[in-house]
Amino acid sequence: MVLFDLILGLLLVVLVQKCLSVTDLFGAVISFMAFGLLMAVAWVRLEAPDIALAEAAIGSGLTGALLFSTLGRLPHSEARQPIASRTVGSGPGYWLAAGFWWVSIMLLSVAFFLSLLELQAPGLGGYLQERLSESGVLNPVTAVLLNFRSLDTVMEIAVLLLAVAVVWSLGTVGWPAKQKLSLPLLVGLVRLLTPVFLLVAFSLLWRGNHAPGGAFPSGAVLAAASILLLLAGKTIRIYPLTMFWLRWVLAAGLLVFVLAGMSLMFAGYGFLVYPEQWAGTMILIIEVSAGVSIGAMLMALYIGGEPDFHAG
Amino acid sequence: MTAYYLILAGVILAMAFHGLMTRANLLRKLMALNIFTSAVFLFLVALARMAEPLDPIPHAMVLTGIVVTVSTTAVGLVLLLKLYRRTGSLTLQSADDD
Repeated sequence: MVLFDLILGLLLVVLVQKCLSVTDLFGAVISFMAFGLLMAVAWVRLEAPDIALAEAAIGSGLTGALLFSTLGRLPHSEARQPIASRTVGSGPGYWLAAGFWWVSIMLLSVAFFLSLLELQAPGLGGYLQERLSESGVLNPVTAVLLNFRSLDTVMEIAVLLLAVAVVWSLGTVGWPAKQKLSLPLLVGLVRLLTPVFLLVAFSLLWRGNHAPGGAFPSGAVLAAASILLLLAGKTIRIYPLTMFWLRWVLAAGLLVFVLAGMSLMFAGYGFLVYPEQWAGTMILIIEVSAGVSIGAMLMALYIGGEPDFHAG
Repeated sequence: MTAYYLILAGVILAMAFHGLMTRANLLRKLMALNIFTSAVFLFLVALARMAEPLDPIPHAMVLTGIVVTVSTTAVGLVLLLKLYRRTGSLTLQSADDD
């Protein structure tokens, strides 16, 4: 297995090098996505299946889709333009600076490595295991995300919603989005795959309380399904009333989370401090609303602007 | 084995930082930023793996980090498109460049 790790590490380094120095942007984006997928393998090797799921779905898949949709909106020449040699620095000043940070980062790594050999990393795994039964779920990562450190997760959903607000405020996108390519195979495939996507999303959501999964991978799978539908030319018509509901769906995750926290506060428990017998149920409600809402928000980020239904 | 991943994280971090600083193309800068965060996550998770028993708290932190990175990238890409439509270039030009 050591050989496997070595090859994995080598591939990761090569892909980073390709992504940052390959001649055109299109190739760079492909390398970036391959890097993300191989990182998912690295997460599995490091016994972090939750992160592997999120990285494959969000870090590689959705970021890749975002990068590709941006490339698609740029003229073809820009995506295929070779890297300009002018943009890569030269001269003694450049090499001095580059050499300085390379050497310092290498030294830092070696220092970390040497100190870690002596340091016993106690971690908080033991404490978490002791108190896992109080959290209402069986998966330790979900317990941390939605119970012990739920404030972080509230903020994270708020950041996502803020990103959607920024993206929408920067411009509108004509709706329904016109799809230039017509691929009969894609349309048929999407028709077959959409129910599977929905099933997987639901299963990830449900598994979240006892196994790797949860609201974030599930939301990413939902968003992937809707992006595929969009690519196959299947769009929903948007009317003012749809927009009204869409905004509520986008905000639902944050709203339910904050409302749950506030009502617990008024019941005398403190913000997002769940009473033990209700913890499981509350986490489930929060996760379902967050999952749906995250799917909608990631989709909104992919569209890249407020849908303008008057244009369609 | 875990120490190997720590060093790998260091190497990728250095390469990504180098790319972030030296590439002029903003799309490439955004990709370098994404790889940079991946390297930081790799470091955190490798540390979590060293603890006995396995420490799931960095895992939760990294999950949060992945979502924040996607939000950052999405906003960055929209800004980049806006810049391209206004200036016709994917690089930031300083005043003495023109």
